[in-house]
Amino acid sequence: MKSVALHSRRTSVLLKSLTLLLFFAFSISSYSQDVDEVRQKEGKKLFKSLCASCHKLDKKLVGPALGGVEENRENSWLKSWIKNNAEFQKVNAEAAEAAQYSATAMNAFPQLSDQNIDDILYYTTVGEIKKVAAPGEVLVGGQVLEERGAPDWLIYFLAAAIVVAFLMIASLLKQVSELKGDKKSGVQSNLRRDLQELWVGVKENTFLKVLGTIFLLLVGAYFLFGTLFTVGVDQGYQPIQPIAFSHKIHSGENKIDCQYCHSSAKHSKHSGIPSVNVCMNCHKAISEVAEGTEIQWNGQTYGKTQLDKEIAKVYDAAGWDPEELVYTGEEKPVKWIRIHNLPDFAYYNHSQHVTVAGVKCQKCHGPVEEMDEMYQYSPLTMGWCIDCHRETNVDLKSNDYYAKIHDQLAKKYGVERVTISQLGGLECGKCHY
Amino acid sequence: MASNKKYWKSVEELKGSSVVETLGKNEFVADIPTDDFLGDKETLENSSTSRRDFLKYVGFTTAAASLAACEGPVVKSIPYVVKPNDIIAGVADWYATSMSDGYDFANVLVKTREGRPIQIMPNKEANGTTSARVQAAVLSLYDEKLRLKEPTKNGDAISWSTADKEIGQKLNSLKEIDAQVVLLTGTMASPSTDKVVGEFLATYPNAKHVIYDAVSEAAAADAFQTMYGTRALPNYKLENAEAIVSFGADFLGDFHGGFEKAYIAGRRPETGKMSYHTQVESNMSLTGANADKRLVAKPSDVVFSLLNLYKEITGQSVASKATPIDGEIKKLAKALKKAGSKGVVMTGVNDVNAQLISLAINKALNSAILDANNSLNIRQGNFDQVQNVISDMKSGQVGGIVTVNVDPSYSLPNAGEFTEALKKVDLKVALSVENNETVNAMDYALPAPHFLESWGDTQFSAGNYGLVQPTIQPLFKTRQIQDTLLKWSGNSTSYYDYLKSFWSTDVLEGASWNKALHNGFFKKTIAATVEGVAAVSIEEVALKLKNSTAASAMELNLYTKTGLGDGKQANNPWLQEFPDPITRASWDNYLTMSMADARELGFSNPVKDNGAINGDYAKVTVNGSELVVPVMIQPGQAKGSVGLALGFGKTFALKEEMQVGVNAYTLYKGGNNIQYNVAIEKVLGTHKFACTQVQKTIAGRHDILKVATLKEYNTVAPKDHHNGWNKPAYVSYDHKEVEAKTIDLWDEHNREIGHHFNLSIDLTSCTGCGACVVACHAENNVPVVGKNEVRVGRDMHWLRIDRYYSSEVETREEAKEMGLSGGDLYKALETEAENPEVTFQPMMCQHCNHAPCETVCPVAATSHGRQGQNQMAYNRCVGTRYCANNCPYRVRRFNWFSYSNNNEFDFNMNNEYGKMVLNPDVVVRSRGVMEKCSMCIQMTQATILKAKKEGRKVNVDEFETACSSACTTGAMVFGDVNNEEDEVAALAEDKRAYNVLDYLQTKPNVIYQVKVRNTNEA
Repeated sequence: MKSVALHSRRTSVLLKSLTLLLFFAFSISSYSQDVDEVRQKEGKKLFKSLCASCHKLDKKLVGPALGGVEENRENSWLKSWIKNNAEFQKVNAEAAEAAQYSATAMNAFPQLSDQNIDDILYYTTVGEIKKVAAPGEVLVGGQVLEERGAPDWLIYFLAAAIVVAFLMIASLLKQVSELKGDKKSGVQSNLRRDLQELWVGVKENTFLKVLGTIFLLLVGAYFLFGTLFTVGVDQGYQPIQPIAFSHKIHSGENKIDCQYCHSSAKHSKHSGIPSVNVCMNCHKAISEVAEGTEIQWNGQTYGKTQLDKEIAKVYDAAGWDPEELVYTGEEKPVKWIRIHNLPDFAYYNHSQHVTVAGVKCQKCHGPVEEMDEMYQYSPLTMGWCIDCHRETNVDLKSNDYYAKIHDQLAKKYGVERVTISQLGGLECGKCHY
Repeated sequence: MASNKKYWKSVEELKGSSVVETLGKNEFVADIPTDDFLGDKETLENSSTSRRDFLKYVGFTTAAASLAACEGPVVKSIPYVVKPNDIIAGVADWYATSMSDGYDFANVLVKTREGRPIQIMPNKEANGTTSARVQAAVLSLYDEKLRLKEPTKNGDAISWSTADKEIGQKLNSLKEIDAQVVLLTGTMASPSTDKVVGEFLATYPNAKHVIYDAVSEAAAADAFQTMYGTRALPNYKLENAEAIVSFGADFLGDFHGGFEKAYIAGRRPETGKMSYHTQVESNMSLTGANADKRLVAKPSDVVFSLLNLYKEITGQSVASKATPIDGEIKKLAKALKKAGSKGVVMTGVNDVNAQLISLAINKALNSAILDANNSLNIRQGNFDQVQNVISDMKSGQVGGIVTVNVDPSYSLPNAGEFTEALKKVDLKVALSVENNETVNAMDYALPAPHFLESWGDTQFSAGNYGLVQPTIQPLFKTRQIQDTLLKWSGNSTSYYDYLKSFWSTDVLEGASWNKALHNGFFKKTIAATVEGVAAVSIEEVALKLKNSTAASAMELNLYTKTGLGDGKQANNPWLQEFPDPITRASWDNYLTMSMADARELGFSNPVKDNGAINGDYAKVTVNGSELVVPVMIQPGQAKGSVGLALGFGKTFALKEEMQVGVNAYTLYKGGNNIQYNVAIEKVLGTHKFACTQVQKTIAGRHDILKVATLKEYNTVAPKDHHNGWNKPAYVSYDHKEVEAKTIDLWDEHNREIGHHFNLSIDLTSCTGCGACVVACHAENNVPVVGKNEVRVGRDMHWLRIDRYYSSEVETREEAKEMGLSGGDLYKALETEAENPEVTFQPMMCQHCNHAPCETVCPVAATSHGRQGQNQMAYNRCVGTRYCANNCPYRVRRFNWFSYSNNNEFDFNMNNEYGKMVLNPDVVVRSRGVMEKCSMCIQMTQATILKAKKEGRKVNVDEFETACSSACTTGAMVFGDVNNEEDEVAALAEDKRAYNVLDYLQTKPNVIYQVKVRNTNEA
């Protein structure tokens, strides 16, 4: 594959672990003494769930930046405004003026108690708790790498056994030659001569030669065959994508359903790569990643700085101006690299598997929710398809289409639930046309 | 009865040519030319490459190739930035729209994938029909060579605004000096466009609108106007007819268009009744081939016999002449009188007087079949007015001309005169979808969108409205003609808004626009507008007709082919490769000549040993115009007449491969399809035809076709041992005659579980139109191979329509008594060949349950599915071609080359635009593999998946194939025989059902229904 980083899984794990180790080795957390951590946490939670879709602390979004808002407004003013700004505008001229900020009116939050609002405001004042490195305090963590292999003693034992066996054979040979009437000679030269004789014996033994040749040919054929079978099999294929998109963050940590983005998987043969407008459903509000977010990308660790740049790429493609918060109309489609490439002569339909059979995406695509960088998990060979078709019983009972045919087939094959192959899922024409 | 008939495919076969016999035995006519390189000893010896070296090279290249294969290509996947709501990648969208390109008019459904139209199908709800040309129109959309891409002035690109400004100024200055401006359009049959044109004419009172049809039916329109007051064409309700008599009107072909559905609806043997159809003609037309009785007469005799029929029907004595078929005409008159108001006469002679006589006969019959109320608007051209425009231009009266999608510089008989006269015109503007000679002669060439990119409306007949909606974003910088005309008229409304408001005020009568747009059509009940019929003096008309009919020794009948029509789509490879239903020749037009004339004048069509047919050239002279044309001998052609197809010989801007045939428009004097006083002279040279008529023959085998008369069908038991018309096959087993189905080479499989697909083809309903052939091309990515490859029998048509001629003879025994056998027997049939019966048989993979091809494949690339389909795994095929050799039906096609991304083949699969028509659900096959009809397994699978996703059973008659959905007469019915309610389940058990070559017991899943002809004359 061109421009492809084919990572060995193990190397990648190793790298990750090492990085983790390094990270923990140097990162020391200690909090500023004067911050009420509990209030800050509570406030942050409320802010993220209720405010974050329109407000940020340091940037304007739909609404203004809220960092240090208490410096500009009275606490009571803010409380009235937050609880029901529409009502408040009627009685307060300043509020009416503030409402001019955006064409979009702010929601009312009558459910918030004064304490809640105070927590939120506390959070807007203190902001994120900065992690400061303090020398001398080392957090030891991470994983200890252990070579999982055979214990050393076993290896030594085996080596010793081999040497002993070799010596035994040598002495045996020596005895044989002695019995034949050879003169005794020094042990060293004797052994060498025996080995030479052995080699000559083997060389002159046609049977052994033929046997050896056959053996070599078979081994050669085995490896050749194995090599040829991997031609065109791109398991592990992991091309470099134009945007460092982490499935782990989206699907794993934020638990976004696969089909939220790959929405055509249930309707179409293609699972579909989401169009940029789908990204913008969320990223209109999320212009940066959380502090401390990191992903592994193309052998490197991407931190917040890089990841925010990646989000900017989405804005660029969608033609979104993050400053003015408007679409400019200058759209640039994202040129993703396709990872799962079936040959043209094989027909595969996602909806058949997702909607009808109810197969989980992970069955073929692997633990996507753990992958920062997407790669081809399955071999996508015909044998792999067929194995699954042979083994899988699908719950056909709830589908009216199968009602008749399933009963008939179950009777014919004398089984309770028929497999896909019994249903005709191994016929050439079902996938090749 | 079937067994008494001899079926044959070519004239050579009648001569008992040994070549044809050999061809009958060989599937692959071309031998591998081993002798060419092995036989040349000298070259071999001179070569410095030893066998050893050769093997080294082979080894090296193989290794290099495998190494190269290790590097896979990087595939980009680019999603939308903003996805349109109604597009899901991988799911087809269908739109209802209408086609009107000036010659073909149809209500259609368009299948789009990812915003690209990939197939056109008839809109059956709107009673729409499609022909091969309508089906192929989707490819013309992607004609990157011919389509105009941006506005140009004298060849240089200009902007639309500049063009508008300059032309607007010019139009206004012409208006000031009151110089004539001509708006020359084809038939548009669009009420809103008529209104737009009206606005244009109102803005420029110096302008006039002239309608020009390349193939003129002006006489029929004029005659209708004389009698009924409106200038339109009569409509025919053929479904109710009992007797149909056509004088050279090819109504199943291009005459007025779209009658096959109604015609076949009146010919259902199972009802016990069929219309009795007689065709009087000189060329063998598609309609003649389908007729119950075909009377052969040269063109002048066709005219006289029309007059004689009038005499017989009315008893009124009119001027005429005796013809050789007068006796038959008398019988015909009797049949028509018996049918009374259910009888109808039509004529294709483009002569006002002949058309008036025909209308008068219908009047005398009081015909209820001729429908004067729901008259047709699809041919509005006026040939004389066009000629007036030319003389006006010559005399300098015309200051400006705007042509709209017409090409008079190619299609006028005096095209040179037109182009010359254009030079005297000040303002010359062409609005056109495609580049052509006329566009080239203009100052301004302004591109118009294809109908698949346009908004619009249609009114094919008085009460039949249709809407046109875009199915793709415009490919080029085009602007709709209506928008352009509105702009020039100073109306700033967009045509879309204009159309919408026009429909709500003038058409919809309060009905919903969205619904009409969704349906693609809107039917209006029309009040009987025609009250009285104008009195016309028939004596005078008949006298004029007689005098203008200059019977001569040789007469020419110009016609249009089912494939190319008037030549508008001449750059469409699907249509060029589409074999003519009658001659089975593709990529050509030619002079069709009777066998008697050919013998007299010394013309022949020798068959080469590779199956190719050659021809001699003839110089045809008509009224001073000469044309050198190859000759094709045509059984059933009237002696003393020749036929020649219009629409070929187009060269300007066409791809080199498409520049085939000769331009017969040069002989189309006066817009008349019949030319008298024709001189024919043999000239030197041999023409190479691309004709498939003797290739893929199933010669020497019987029980291919079964034909019965309506009388037999109604009275004789089908399996009657003596007279049965659908007897089962018998074979000899243990020296005993037993029914073939009792013995079998293969084991029987249980096929009762799940679906089991069958395709039923009714030979009675199949007119041979070939819409299915093109539909199959579009659906299955069937490649076009070009003239030379077709010539040597490498055409790739998965579905072909075999055309058999047959002649009624005495029984085999009688022939033996006469001492005839083999070639002599056929020779004796030659006289019969003056007017043979024609039968069409669509032939594709028969999907045998006991398939001979499956048994012989060494790599198991072809296997049988449980649902009845014979499956072909292309990626498994190694190209031994054993299967094709073992196929008794000759339906397997071998990919001799890669036809895509191959510079040797400059057809649609070799350019970026043409590839957009490919069906993404079907693989494009590569070189060296066998392919064949898959029974549209991608469609059956899609139907099943849809049902599964919706959690329901497959609906009755939900299964379709491309050919069965394209078939408008209902000849092809596809479905699941395991579903008792499915139409095909009953058809499989029908008494007319049979299998081709049933004595082989291959148990095909394609069923044919015996062809029934109505020979009950009166």
